[in-house]
Amino acid sequence: MSVQSPISSVNDFVVRFANVNGSGSASANELFARSILRHGVPVSPRNIFPSNIQGLPTWYEVRVTEDGHLGARGGVDMMVAMNPQTWDKDVASIEPGGYLFYDSTKPMPSSKFRDDITVIGVPLTAITNSTYSDPRQRQLFKNIIYLGALCALLDMDPKLVEQLIGEQYKGKEKLLSSNVHALHLGRDWALQNLKCPLGLRVRKADKVGDRIFIEGNSAAALGAVYGGATVCAWYPITPSSSVAEAFTSHCKKYRHDAETGKAKYAIVQGEDELASIGIVIGASWNGARAFTATSGPGISLMTEFIGLSYFAEIPAVIMNIQRAGPSTGMPTRTQQCDVIACAYASHGDTKHVLLFPEDPAEAFEFAAHAFDLAERLQTTIFLMLDLDIGMNHRLCRPLKWDDARQYDRGKVMTAEMLEEGRDFGRYLDVDGDGIPFRTYPGTHPTKGSYFTRGTSRDRYARYSEEGAVYADNMQRLVRKFETAQDMVPRPLQANAAKPTKYGVIYFGSTSPAMDEAIGILEARGHQLDRLRIRAFPFHSSVASFIADHDFVYVVEQNRDAQLRQLIVNENGIDPVRLVPILHYDGTPITARFIANSIGDHQDHLKVTPLRKAVS
Amino acid sequence: MTYIAKPKFHHPGLRKNELGYTHRDYEGKISTLCAGCGHDSITASIIEACYELSIEPHRVAKISGIGCSSKTPDYFLGNSHGFNSVHGRMPSVLTGANLANRDLIYLGVSGDGDSASIGFGQFAHSIRRGVNMTYIVENNGVYGLTKGQFSATADRGSKSKKGVTNTDNAIDLVAIALQLGATFVARSFSGDKTQLVPLIAAAIRHKGASFIDVISPCIAFNNHAGSTKSFDYVREHNDAVNRLDVLVGREPISVDYAPGTVQVVEQHDGTRLALRKLDADYDPHDRLGAQTFLQKHAAKGQIVTGLLYVDPEAEDLHTHLDTVETPLNALDEKALCPGSAVLDKINASLR
Repeated sequence: MSVQSPISSVNDFVVRFANVNGSGSASANELFARSILRHGVPVSPRNIFPSNIQGLPTWYEVRVTEDGHLGARGGVDMMVAMNPQTWDKDVASIEPGGYLFYDSTKPMPSSKFRDDITVIGVPLTAITNSTYSDPRQRQLFKNIIYLGALCALLDMDPKLVEQLIGEQYKGKEKLLSSNVHALHLGRDWALQNLKCPLGLRVRKADKVGDRIFIEGNSAAALGAVYGGATVCAWYPITPSSSVAEAFTSHCKKYRHDAETGKAKYAIVQGEDELASIGIVIGASWNGARAFTATSGPGISLMTEFIGLSYFAEIPAVIMNIQRAGPSTGMPTRTQQCDVIACAYASHGDTKHVLLFPEDPAEAFEFAAHAFDLAERLQTTIFLMLDLDIGMNHRLCRPLKWDDARQYDRGKVMTAEMLEEGRDFGRYLDVDGDGIPFRTYPGTHPTKGSYFTRGTSRDRYARYSEEGAVYADNMQRLVRKFETAQDMVPRPLQANAAKPTKYGVIYFGSTSPAMDEAIGILEARGHQLDRLRIRAFPFHSSVASFIADHDFVYVVEQNRDAQLRQLIVNENGIDPVRLVPILHYDGTPITARFIANSIGDHQDHLKVTPLRKAVS
Repeated sequence: MTYIAKPKFHHPGLRKNELGYTHRDYEGKISTLCAGCGHDSITASIIEACYELSIEPHRVAKISGIGCSSKTPDYFLGNSHGFNSVHGRMPSVLTGANLANRDLIYLGVSGDGDSASIGFGQFAHSIRRGVNMTYIVENNGVYGLTKGQFSATADRGSKSKKGVTNTDNAIDLVAIALQLGATFVARSFSGDKTQLVPLIAAAIRHKGASFIDVISPCIAFNNHAGSTKSFDYVREHNDAVNRLDVLVGREPISVDYAPGTVQVVEQHDGTRLALRKLDADYDPHDRLGAQTFLQKHAAKGQIVTGLLYVDPEAEDLHTHLDTVETPLNALDEKALCPGSAVLDKINASLR
């Protein structure tokens, strides 16, 4: 032991598990996170994983946070080092005074440790091997045994863990009892051989409330089920595949006809992203609610079709679970780097609606809303998630649905309306909102049919290369985009306790880190008003928020300040007034990063009177 | 020449089909293709087939990609919705449309550049999935709209109008469709309407992926000596294995044929296909045999035409996905939304 005193903290620390990919650790680690939740203490877990299936290093980080800070914190208070491959880096990453938990079966030279941390050795392999003979069992139960040991070390209530195991293996008594047995093997060994508990402790609290614990991709998929999506076409790509997989499993549960057992949905795994968006556009053209889920490279492939959707005015919903680009980039790391690519996707003059949910609850709401918007606006709607929201469990408010809610199917001219003699012009703006009526194929024997094409045409869908006709249509599309501004979710503003000249704009998964950063900055004497942008096109309140402040920081997770570019470009803002705060190394943005970046900038703004400075 | 309005009046004595529609009800705008284009003959055959089948014109969805052939859906079935989509991507758009509403008839019109070059993948995968559609490729071996470049169906050794010899091997879409499991495969020639019309009619009535490769000479860029897609060349090398009559309903089969020369195939929906055999050895139920037959004849420079393969018990994508009978685009909130009570349970399971 060193002079560095061990970290002592209750319900506020970070545990990181270093594992080997494919070793079955994921479920044990998730069990750890859920067990802490059952103590009434919020957690925020994150998967840090390679683009690989088996053998490479993977980490699972659990931030235990009674205060409810759900963003990544940075730093590690306790490392559960189960991967020899990353040992040195893992040991080095522990905060001074932190804890190292490792499998002590094989002795390690003292050079492999640090003297400013507490080292906890548990002979996991020895315990496992003396209890189990089957190699697969040894592997899996080793994970549960370390969970048991942690339970003792962190002073967790074993009954709550047992309860969770019971729920997980309901009806599978043999698995249930063997898991509970393994849990106690680890816990008992720790209680008998180690000084328990450590300085890091979990204490029962009441800070979780009715919140739920769900991955953003699963919530977005559920939003698609509730929003009435019937056609899903997709191509596997990390980190979006679990959207389509979750949609499949939700549909299996909730979308089969009670009498016939038949499916009220169609899911097609396309041969590529071009086919996926083509299927979505074909289905939407024909009156079904359809979507695809993809990530950056998929968006690149889809752009020709996205232009068609914009110009021929066909609804489509694209869920983009962003990852670090460009090219293959870092496919398993998070970023908000497709803002520009999606806002202006395709050739020619195009603009698209983007929705930026902050967490799974908003992913659910916005996903369902996206189908209404797509059909109302007859264009592509992007739901912009990222890996951090999409592939991690996040604590969020319960999902809500109003049973009186009806789908907005947009301006669809029916056979009855055509019979009445209504004038149908597929690209005719009848009421000034820029949105024309459409008909579904097969509506009426003699009225309402039209020819859809990506080439220019007049208000009655007749082919035309006349300049004035083309320009008239392009102007209407601008009007339609202006209409969209008041339909999309508005920005949310939160003002500082005291009036301030400074503001900050942020969006999406930055949200929890931003909320936490505000507290840190306030403690340092910096007051900031906040505006969380939730959609593009920007509501007029974005421009007025900027006008109301001397400087506005724009916090985002990409290199090129893409949201800031979009604001400058779309609102004609002087770029000097928008200070970029950029985080783009593929890890989720932290409150520490935001607070330090903004704090440093603010400190420079503080004018020190000359006389004082020289005295 | 779409600025020329087609006159709406017609002869009062024009023949009507079972639904009371005349030929004119199946027509579209005036073609803007070159005079004498093979594609216009295919358009005429589609009109004829739909008229003969007494299809409600608005219950057809016409979907195409980009190119001369893909422009043609504007020239037939003027009361149907049409979709001139993205180059090479007709199959995916059609697949999506079909998923949304299983009750319409889907007619996919494409070209050899659209389906064998840029859209080869989509062609293959739509066939693999068994989408219930009639997929017609108007095959001229050349890019017409961009003035005469070779497409992927141009035969090796054939000459372009500018005198360039094609050194790449050709893709035979019929052979590929057979390999990929299309359940109705035919080849015809735009200049042989009597063969083509019943093939289109039979394909429309087929429940599954129907593919018809129609050799359709490009009068502007691929109708010269040295081309293997010219009118003259195709007429000389056409080897029809059978002739087809499509019988809808219960009318008796014509007995004009010599005994043993007619094979009757009954499809799912009761349509009967009467095949007059021209080649005694050809069996259109034998997928493997058809592939071998095609390759043997191709080696001899012959273009095999006719109904090459049919599986009367075909399944389609909706069967595979086990979707409800009601078109998906007709399901409402009640049918689709699980509601708040279910959501409360989901919430409870996530704590």
